[in-house]
Amino acid sequence: MDFGSINPVILLASLMVASTPILLAALGEMVTEKSGVLNLGVEGMMIFGAVCGFIAAVESQSPAIGFLVAAIGGAALSMLFGVLTQIFLTTQVPAGLALTLFGTGLASLLGQNYQGISPPRMPEMHIPLLKDIPFLGPILFEHDAIVYLSILAVFAVWAFLKFTRAGLVLRAVGENHAAAHALGYKVKLVRFAAIGFGGAMAGLGGAYISLVRVPQWTDGITAGIGWIALAIVVFASWKAGRILIGAYLFGGITVLQLNLQAAGAKVPVELLSMSPFLATILVLVVISARRHGASNAPAMLGRIFHTS
Amino acid sequence: MKRRTLLTAAAASALALGAAMPSFAQDPVKVGFIYVGPRNDGGWSQHHHEAAVDMAEHFGDAVELVEQETVPEGADAERVMTQMALSGVDIIFATSFGYMDPVINVASKFPNVKFEHATGYKTAENVGVYSARFYEGRAVEGYLAGNVTESNKIGYIGSFPIPEVIRGINSSFHHAKLVNPDVEMSVVWLNTWFDPAKEADAAQALIDNGIDVVLQHTDSTAPQITAQKAGNVYTFGQAADMAEFGPMPRISSIIDLWAPYYIERVQAVIDGTWESDNTWDGIGAGMVGIGEISSAVPADVKAGAEALRDGIAAGEIHPFTGPINKQDGSVWLAEGEVADDGTLAGMNFYIEGITGEIPQ
Repeated sequence: MDFGSINPVILLASLMVASTPILLAALGEMVTEKSGVLNLGVEGMMIFGAVCGFIAAVESQSPAIGFLVAAIGGAALSMLFGVLTQIFLTTQVPAGLALTLFGTGLASLLGQNYQGISPPRMPEMHIPLLKDIPFLGPILFEHDAIVYLSILAVFAVWAFLKFTRAGLVLRAVGENHAAAHALGYKVKLVRFAAIGFGGAMAGLGGAYISLVRVPQWTDGITAGIGWIALAIVVFASWKAGRILIGAYLFGGITVLQLNLQAAGAKVPVELLSMSPFLATILVLVVISARRHGASNAPAMLGRIFHTS
Repeated sequence: MKRRTLLTAAAASALALGAAMPSFAQDPVKVGFIYVGPRNDGGWSQHHHEAAVDMAEHFGDAVELVEQETVPEGADAERVMTQMALSGVDIIFATSFGYMDPVINVASKFPNVKFEHATGYKTAENVGVYSARFYEGRAVEGYLAGNVTESNKIGYIGSFPIPEVIRGINSSFHHAKLVNPDVEMSVVWLNTWFDPAKEADAAQALIDNGIDVVLQHTDSTAPQITAQKAGNVYTFGQAADMAEFGPMPRISSIIDLWAPYYIERVQAVIDGTWESDNTWDGIGAGMVGIGEISSAVPADVKAGAEALRDGIAAGEIHPFTGPINKQDGSVWLAEGEVADDGTLAGMNFYIEGITGEIPQ
């Protein structure tokens, strides 16, 4: 195949930008699910974070404050889900779906007066020395702070779950909440924290779309990325490193198909447009066909915890 | 069974009510609008909305405006229009191509309600269609694009591969090629009218491939922002002027001017003279406006573009004047021949020089 005018360095660099929202949201959702809570409201929290971050950034003229408010907004919305599922013991699937519907509507309402405004520009952070490495430098080290943060977060989450005591407790709660409760761990408190973390990360991911990638506010700006993030958690079989791979794979194919069209590759457009989704489905099938893949889900995922 | 009888009765009475409406002269005429995107998308839907508001203000109390935004094309549109018709709306403007079959379906159930479908081609006793000859504006954009490009590569963000969009691609490419024989065009199809993230990514992909003029046939302003970030890239406002992005990257625009048409058609409903029509007007009739050509364009190029615009408006220049070949090299228009409306309305081929294929 002729790749024509596609420059691999630019392609890989824009891949990282396109993948960051999915990466952030999927990472947050993974932590939530590790604690045994299935929150299907990622899309709602993302779009709510997107609008909160946008409004805050426009009003304060500071992208940093925008991202902070986006994280707080996403976490606040997720607390609604937390109250519903942890205190009132509603079923998690409909509560999560309701959260998406609610978040989308609320974001649309809040954003009414912010259409067509340009937010303050996010400065790029070129890392000295490292950015001069040939080939890798421009791909990896000429981005904005959030891209670096998202990659650091992957390592932080991985280390937290693997090496810390708190991470162990979180996993214990997700694997067997009755046993964790019997040992004296505060199951609900742990789950609230995990839900809040998931909400904050989804909010950050949403704000990355409205502040950096597009950057603009319009209704429905997340356009289903939250659902992709949910699929990527399964794809990654609840492992932080694989979330990174999954998000970059999806983002990469999305960017690649547009570049192939722009470069005039002789591939049917329909095939290119569905390729990101095809790849996701394909990998999900491969993963669940393996012996241990699908069973890697936290044992208490989606179960309600009754304190008796 | 009972429920069905009840529903039929309700529908029948609503119909009877709808039919009886015009006899009460004092009652305002109810005008419905449905939009494919949010009414403040900054482009296509916003312009229909603003024209609708202008129309309502023109008539004051004589007209009641009912609007529904972000209506998906397909079954949902049918539901929304049925609801509008049941609630006593006298005329419905369906403002996107994909509402075509839903309009025909709903119209057959409500013979007393008038329908106006934008950019479509199916008419009925109570369904009229209207569209603007945007390809006339595209010719001006193509002229500008061919002149200002330095890389000789221009990009086109396409929405759906329908005649309306293909006409625009052909027209702009033809006129770019006339002034710059080396020009190449890349088309990216998105299969959406409105998706800011996708539009931004598409613009970025085009720019990454060395393109320095981006034309869009999608509705958001995201490509403008992407071009602004990239610098040294030229764009055109679509549907709305998008003047806030001038003088760079936006160097001109195609503006939809629907209000006069809406006023005329609603007036016809009030007078009881409405008949199904097939309106297709361009720059000359004032349905297509060309936005101010910005200072980033050299003066002689600007003058040339304005001359082209005025020539088209006066009917002296037809944007598709031969010789033009189809993509496969076969002759479409011989020297001096102009395209007929029938071919234009159903245009499903690229002209010579455009690479890539139209998705079928």
